[in-house]
Amino acid sequence: MNFQTLDLSAIDWARAQFALTAIYHWLFVPLTLGLGLIMSIMETKYYRTGDAFWRKTAQFWQRLFGINFAMGVATGIILEFEFGTNWSNYSWFVGDIFGAPLAIEGIVAFFMESTFIAVMYFGWNKVSRGFHLASTWLTTLGATFSAWWILVANAWMQYPVGATFDPDTVRNEMASFGSFLEVAFSPMAVVKFCHTVSSGWLTGAVVVVGISAWYLLRRREERFARSSMLVGSIFGLVACGAVMLTGDSSGVMVGKAQPMKLAAFEGLYEGSDQAPFTIVGDLKIPGMLTVLATHKLRGFVPGINDILEGGYTLPDSTKALSAEEKMSRGVVALDALTQYRLARSAGRTEKAAVMREKLEANLPYFGYGHILDKKDLVPPVPIVFWAFRVMVGLGSLFCLVFFLLVFLQYKKQLTRWPLLLKVTMWCIPLVYICSQAGWVCAEVGRQPWAIQDLLPVNAAVSALQSPAVRVTFFIFLCVFTLLLIAELRILFKVVRKGPQIEEEDKQNN
Amino acid sequence: MTTHESFWHKAFHLYYDGFRNMTLGRTLWLIIAIKLFVIFLVLKLFFFPDFIGQHAEKGHESDFVAGEICKRGVEKPPVVPQGGQLIP
Repeated sequence: MNFQTLDLSAIDWARAQFALTAIYHWLFVPLTLGLGLIMSIMETKYYRTGDAFWRKTAQFWQRLFGINFAMGVATGIILEFEFGTNWSNYSWFVGDIFGAPLAIEGIVAFFMESTFIAVMYFGWNKVSRGFHLASTWLTTLGATFSAWWILVANAWMQYPVGATFDPDTVRNEMASFGSFLEVAFSPMAVVKFCHTVSSGWLTGAVVVVGISAWYLLRRREERFARSSMLVGSIFGLVACGAVMLTGDSSGVMVGKAQPMKLAAFEGLYEGSDQAPFTIVGDLKIPGMLTVLATHKLRGFVPGINDILEGGYTLPDSTKALSAEEKMSRGVVALDALTQYRLARSAGRTEKAAVMREKLEANLPYFGYGHILDKKDLVPPVPIVFWAFRVMVGLGSLFCLVFFLLVFLQYKKQLTRWPLLLKVTMWCIPLVYICSQAGWVCAEVGRQPWAIQDLLPVNAAVSALQSPAVRVTFFIFLCVFTLLLIAELRILFKVVRKGPQIEEEDKQNN
Repeated sequence: MTTHESFWHKAFHLYYDGFRNMTLGRTLWLIIAIKLFVIFLVLKLFFFPDFIGQHAEKGHESDFVAGEICKRGVEKPPVVPQGGQLIP
């Protein structure tokens, strides 16, 4: 069976199922990262001042953190099931590159998180204030540490460095501790981690200020809402700065490692030395894309056609290969792998050595051997183009909202601007759209690759029949929808009830 | 020894009292339990088999994956004629 006889709709259903699961999982992760840090800051305030108000404030946000954590926990495991069933070739091919980070994530980070989360919830009045505070921070750090290892695995798919392909096992292996470090601290992993985590902080901040705005509009829990609004908006403004800086580094890295993705972000078909940045339609900022992608005033940013045709000069002064050249090298690599394995099993060591050398020489283009038409190398441009604009546009809106919130609190005029409070409230669903748009940019933008240049999705997918994948897709859709409804109902109930700090104070008095 | 007993005693009561006094937590644990049941006892057992484990011979998984990956290449892999002679 070659890929023309493969059930092609199975690829799309497997992709859709993975996308659905990842999108659902990604609803919970950013809030865990962001809210974790905010509640830790609030508890630190309690630790420093001893004011019971801050304790109750931190406890309220910890309650929301707990609901979010409970709903998100274990949903990521389903992705691992999908790897084993739907993406079995990929799972085998990635070898311990994927296994090692995920194992570290499971053993160290998850256990750290789950140990200290118990102290955080059950330990009030049972452990010292300092130990409780440390547990809260360690829960947050555990979640962040988890994110690191997951993003290391994801970054390797986008920028496969540090691995050695073993044609005997057909796996990518980490040959030494040095290659482990190369994988764990690859520049793609670093920028991806920083951008993803800072976007999680932004999500947490938006949720905190949005809920606080809701209380202020209803004149409820005013001290709690004002204090949370202050912490949330300052934190949000800092997060905005971090997201912009890390987004910039991320753009430069994508330009180097995945130029096709960058071109798709911009819908750029013809490159130039002073490539413009498209805002929407014909509204462009001349030369801005070059500045963002290269940090120089002049520098060639290739467009989609340039990447397919090749011939332009790469940053290392070599000429870019055309798609056809890469595809023919890919065919040579695949053929060399087949010949190597046949020669080895027939005991022809000399022939095997020659084929292995041929394979290694063409390995960077291995995945191109599965590309039938060079147009297949272009990701779905309209989806990526608009997802990028939604992400950047909404991110800019949040920066403006946080700036206004901080400014008006400084001027003590926040409640005179109910429209701003309403906008702040509506930023909660928008921040989720923004976050998912970022995920779409990163993952749809790298299509057709499961592993950049090494394995396209048509080779990564298992030889499944689409009905099997379709059934589980709809099961997931139902289960995830029910869980999401349950979560939202519980969240809304807790928010409607509120922290009841003032009521409790009145009762105590 | 006393310090150790005291630590384990405290740790036990941290969890025991914590679980006993849960309010919202009871609902959340129930949801987590249902979710874990669905994930591990329904989805994993009935819908997510180990594809390679089912289709490849034990110990020959790499042959299976190599075959799958190479067969899906743009050009057909070289045919091995009888007698094991390879087409160059």
